[in-house]
Amino acid sequence: MSTQHSIRAEKFLADKKQAEWHDETLWLVRAKRDRLSKQVPEWEKLRDAACAIKMYSNSHLAELLTEFEANAVKNGAIVHWAKDAEEYRTTVLDILRSKGVRHFIKSKSMLAEECELNPFLEANGIETVESDLGERILQLMHLAPSHIVLPAIHIKREQVGKLFEKEMGTEQGNFDPTYLTHAARKNLRQKFIHAEAAMTGANFAVASTGEIVVCTNEGNADMGTSQPKLQIAAFGLEKIVPDQESLGVFTRLLARSATGQPSTTYTSHYRKPREGGEFHIIIVDNGRTGILADAGHRKALNCLRCGACMNTCPVYRRSGGYSYTYFIPGPIGINLGMLKSPERYSDNVSACSLCMSCSNVCPAKVDLGEQIYLWRQQLDGFGKASKEKKLISKGLRYVMENKTFFNRALKLAPVANRMPRFLVYSSLNKWGKGRELPEFAKESFNQMWKNRKIQK
Amino acid sequence: MKVGLFIPCYINAVYPNVGVASYKLLKSLGVDVDYPLDQTCCGQPMANAGFEDEAEKLAIDFEERFKGYDYIVGPSASCVVFVRDHHGQLLEKRNHVCSSAGKIYDICEFIHDVIKPDHLDARFPHKVSIHNSCHGVRLMKLSAASELNVPYYNKLRDLLSLVKDIEIVEPERRDECCGFGGMFAVEEDAVSLEMGRSKVRRHIDTGAEYIVGADSSCLMHQDGIIRREHLPIKTIHIIEILSAGL
Repeated sequence: MSTQHSIRAEKFLADKKQAEWHDETLWLVRAKRDRLSKQVPEWEKLRDAACAIKMYSNSHLAELLTEFEANAVKNGAIVHWAKDAEEYRTTVLDILRSKGVRHFIKSKSMLAEECELNPFLEANGIETVESDLGERILQLMHLAPSHIVLPAIHIKREQVGKLFEKEMGTEQGNFDPTYLTHAARKNLRQKFIHAEAAMTGANFAVASTGEIVVCTNEGNADMGTSQPKLQIAAFGLEKIVPDQESLGVFTRLLARSATGQPSTTYTSHYRKPREGGEFHIIIVDNGRTGILADAGHRKALNCLRCGACMNTCPVYRRSGGYSYTYFIPGPIGINLGMLKSPERYSDNVSACSLCMSCSNVCPAKVDLGEQIYLWRQQLDGFGKASKEKKLISKGLRYVMENKTFFNRALKLAPVANRMPRFLVYSSLNKWGKGRELPEFAKESFNQMWKNRKIQK
Repeated sequence: MKVGLFIPCYINAVYPNVGVASYKLLKSLGVDVDYPLDQTCCGQPMANAGFEDEAEKLAIDFEERFKGYDYIVGPSASCVVFVRDHHGQLLEKRNHVCSSAGKIYDICEFIHDVIKPDHLDARFPHKVSIHNSCHGVRLMKLSAASELNVPYYNKLRDLLSLVKDIEIVEPERRDECCGFGGMFAVEEDAVSLEMGRSKVRRHIDTGAEYIVGADSSCLMHQDGIIRREHLPIKTIHIIEILSAGL
């Protein structure tokens, strides 16, 4: 019954101290989110509004995206459309090549991760530097993010210190976060200065104005886009919102949900190219319109990528981002992975106790837990159901549909209470690995009722 | 008002005392309650594991069994809410009408919202820590979910407050999952155990003698850890407290 997730989770938990730290740290983010959200009396109405706007936008994509395009072009931007990851990557490469770019600076973009942009550009001879500090650390370590908002949350400062000693020549053994941040800043400053082009993702794209909105805490998106003449922004087509009024609903929800801040330090609105420069916008589908066609799962497109569902997920907190087989972990990752490829990512579907906390924290009301339940029902159809679970379920059905058999089983069950421990607590009994089994009653409720021991 | 007592399979087999307490408590509150014989399972374990189909026949049996009752009342929030939220669609697949979903109540919800007693005779001179179970909180709304910006309420606490000499507390992270989750408990046993251990620890940290809840399944999982690790706390179903002395 072991899945990739359960095997990796067990390894993650073997480092007890680190695992506890991971759980506590992310719970603190959840607690901050709770505090901030409770300072907004209309919080639940905001969530309703966000959900309604997303449902509207995602069902009016054709109108809104063409409206966006027309306005962006009017602003002087150049708009590209990419149907999949490959088109997205080659569009970026073509733009960079047309200007002879060799040094490229990026701010954090989950779309770029999804489409594996960096390795592609590097293979084509373009130095691509991540400017978000967490992403930069991971890039230098050749690791993937383990969380979508706090990508390097699993890395301790000692590891960062050692990395910077090697990469940036920092003092040996100095793991002071402020010192290390200053070193990274100095190092990145050179990259900012020498980049010939900069790229951002987008948290939102506003149809009525043709602007894209990027939320960061480090100001790295602005730093990157302020120097070179060439700027690229790319977004998945579900990032579209109708107008600035609806944008306000999301900017109020996003940072509170993500990190428990009233807003991100920087909320940057990009409309026009710099004087004498070019501003390219790439609108990417990469499977999203397919998701729209799936009634049971289309609400996954409401996702703002705030990461709140990860912070609240008791399984994510206790298994870490790398236990999941899709690059986005946690409840939203389980769902997006299945939407990407049920054959490849079905292992994550059981990494959920159906506690439903994710559905309650989601600012855009993605029904995350309900969708996971639904995926479980669909696994058998993909040929991906666990054989053992299927057998247990069929066995249970047989017993439960047959009251005589069930009652007889209950009569016999107390025998198990007195069986030798080595038999009951064998390696086959995964329940018994860390827990005692419940004791069967000598007489079931049904039997007691039949014997008139209960009713008066 | 005729009430049919719903006794879930594992309560039938492992915790019949919870069933007995439920019957006595409802009787003492003047409810006309009966137990339709030979009940088995609502189908939740199979459905949560991904095999809803295996629960369809059980849903039909359930519907038939409780057809003649005005209310169905059971001492397990998770099983009750499975009937409420899922039996309708299971029966639809078999072209069968579902009346159970509209008349089924968790026993705490039923006493709190329908019977509304202003006093109970029970006395329980102990400190108890409430286990707010996931399905009780987030699906059945027995208490305010900590994630939502809604005023605090807790139906379990309201009912326990009617008991004499009891001290009621709630743990830190008051409605975080204990890690039971049906087959999740064995499929993801390492994570499930870690969740259970930290849950029990937070209950112990309140200084309570008992973990009290409306879901015996969560209690069973935590009790398994408590007994294995010899921890200084016990579990008890809320109805056993509310019916104390009956």
